[in-house]
Amino acid sequence: MAGTSPSSTSSRPAVETRQLGRVYKSRKDVVVALQGIDLSVKQGELFGVLGPNGAGKTTLIKILVTLLLPTSGQAWVDGLDVVKDYRALRHRISMVSGGENAGYGLLRVREQLWLFSQLYGMSSAAARRRIDELLERLGLAEVGNRTIAGLSSGMRQKMSLVRGLMTDPRVIFLDEPTVALDVGAARDVRNEVRRWMGEDPTRTVILTTHYMQEADELCDRVAIVNRGEVIAHGTPQALKQQVDEDVIVDLQLEPGRPLLDALRAIEGVGAASAREEDGIDRFSLLLADDAVLPRVLTTVEGSGRRVTGLVRRQPTLEDAFVKLVGRSLHEEDSSGDGA
Amino acid sequence: MTQYSPLRIFLKTVVARAYPRVIAIWRQVAWLFFDMAFPIVGSLAMVLVYQGLHAPRQYLGFVVMGGAMLAFWQNVLWSMATQFSWDRGNGTLELYTIAPTTFEAVLLGMAVGSMITTTIRAGVILVAGSLLFGISYASGGALAAIGVFLLTLAALYCLGMLLASLFLFYSREAWHLASALQEPVNFISGLYFPVRALGAYVAGGASLVPMTLGLDAMRQLLLPGTPVFIPVGLETTIVAIQVPVYAILAGLALRFLETRARSEGKLVTRWD
Repeated sequence: MAGTSPSSTSSRPAVETRQLGRVYKSRKDVVVALQGIDLSVKQGELFGVLGPNGAGKTTLIKILVTLLLPTSGQAWVDGLDVVKDYRALRHRISMVSGGENAGYGLLRVREQLWLFSQLYGMSSAAARRRIDELLERLGLAEVGNRTIAGLSSGMRQKMSLVRGLMTDPRVIFLDEPTVALDVGAARDVRNEVRRWMGEDPTRTVILTTHYMQEADELCDRVAIVNRGEVIAHGTPQALKQQVDEDVIVDLQLEPGRPLLDALRAIEGVGAASAREEDGIDRFSLLLADDAVLPRVLTTVEGSGRRVTGLVRRQPTLEDAFVKLVGRSLHEEDSSGDGA
Repeated sequence: MTQYSPLRIFLKTVVARAYPRVIAIWRQVAWLFFDMAFPIVGSLAMVLVYQGLHAPRQYLGFVVMGGAMLAFWQNVLWSMATQFSWDRGNGTLELYTIAPTTFEAVLLGMAVGSMITTTIRAGVILVAGSLLFGISYASGGALAAIGVFLLTLAALYCLGMLLASLFLFYSREAWHLASALQEPVNFISGLYFPVRALGAYVAGGASLVPMTLGLDAMRQLLLPGTPVFIPVGLETTIVAIQVPVYAILAGLALRFLETRARSEGKLVTRWD
């Protein structure tokens, strides 16, 4: 049976939203998950959506893939309205979520992928060829006949990526695709995404991620979402320029009394974030200038904590994020002073 | 990217979704054993009760046929109606939803796969029970009984699709509904005795479940002397009408509830 290819106009945005909003109502409360989102993603772009937990990233993705209706505003994907044209749109999109557990445990990898290919009408022969090609590229060819219940989480995530790519969507939505993957598996996923985009300049990827380095490395542009709103968007380079004039210092301290709020209160400290790694508290500070550093060290000394390392470094996307959002991606919404 | 016709996608979805059900026959042999063993044990209990009461011998036939049909009803409740609840929990429902296929095709595939596997189980229960208890059937009614059986299956699985549509929207509540339906329906549909014994009103109400009339018609055809609730022809006609009625209701419910589920966020597993 012959298929029909939709016309593609290179000038048309791959994704466009206007004042998009979503409110969840329950008997007990009302949650504004998204409000006033205006975005325009060009065809062929790899567009990142960054934000802390609960920022509204996944809600945005679910609206764009037609799983959820917006409560206000409009959105189009590949020129089709996500509310009115959702049936036609579903031919053109795909979604892969991190930690995905979908499917049937008794099926083998190839069978599982074949099953999902049939939901798009692919011929079995074409589907099997495409599945084998993608499994090979992602280093999964040898586990193709293993039941999915016996796969590691990394293998399973790669299999989900094969599922997402095999139907050749115009726009693919990757919702934290490398979450909880080891370094090697995450690299394989990123490489495959790049290669897949390289095969056709009109293919578009919308990526949400918790990993700033991943967004910096992969994305052409990113939007930073916080509390349901886009607070900044642009190329990673442009966002990093927002902290170009700041002095960025990484401070390592031995564990001790909470210090983050005290550091944030120092005049000239633009933003501060903290994380604990291998028993050491690591603080990233954005300082207005070098003159602020002695005040920081005085505060640390006053807290009785010992400095084990101090490095001045170049700005990263994470620094820009911390400056814009006020906290790092790793901090929970309510935690004022984790370290 | 190639866009295929809705009919092609529908048919391919049916085959694909039936596949895991059918393949489970070979890959889940232990389940197969339990699915056959428990209905036989249940039937055995009823047989012993009837023997203790010195009931007519044909009652043993009622029990064995009811035990075989029980496999279908349990399958409809727990492998059809509740399947979307499982699918939502592990994210599969999201993937079905965003694909260009339809829920009707997914459910029909589920039904076809279930019918194949459950027919094998029910067949084993029927043969084993009949040999074990020495039951004989009227061979003259066999062909007609097979026809009624196929019609009953179609109606029963269309009802299963209707129930599954409820699970698209409701989750735990629908689970309770399935639990609540199991035992009462087992009783009022006359799995272990002729449904006529319940009186016209209860049996008439129980006829909403296609198994009630289908089973009664098959018993009348295969076990002469079965007390007649209503004649076989009328029972068959009612079951035949239930097929399109439940199919259409399932389609309408699926469309309505999908829209509501998208509106209320019931299709997504997380929404941060």
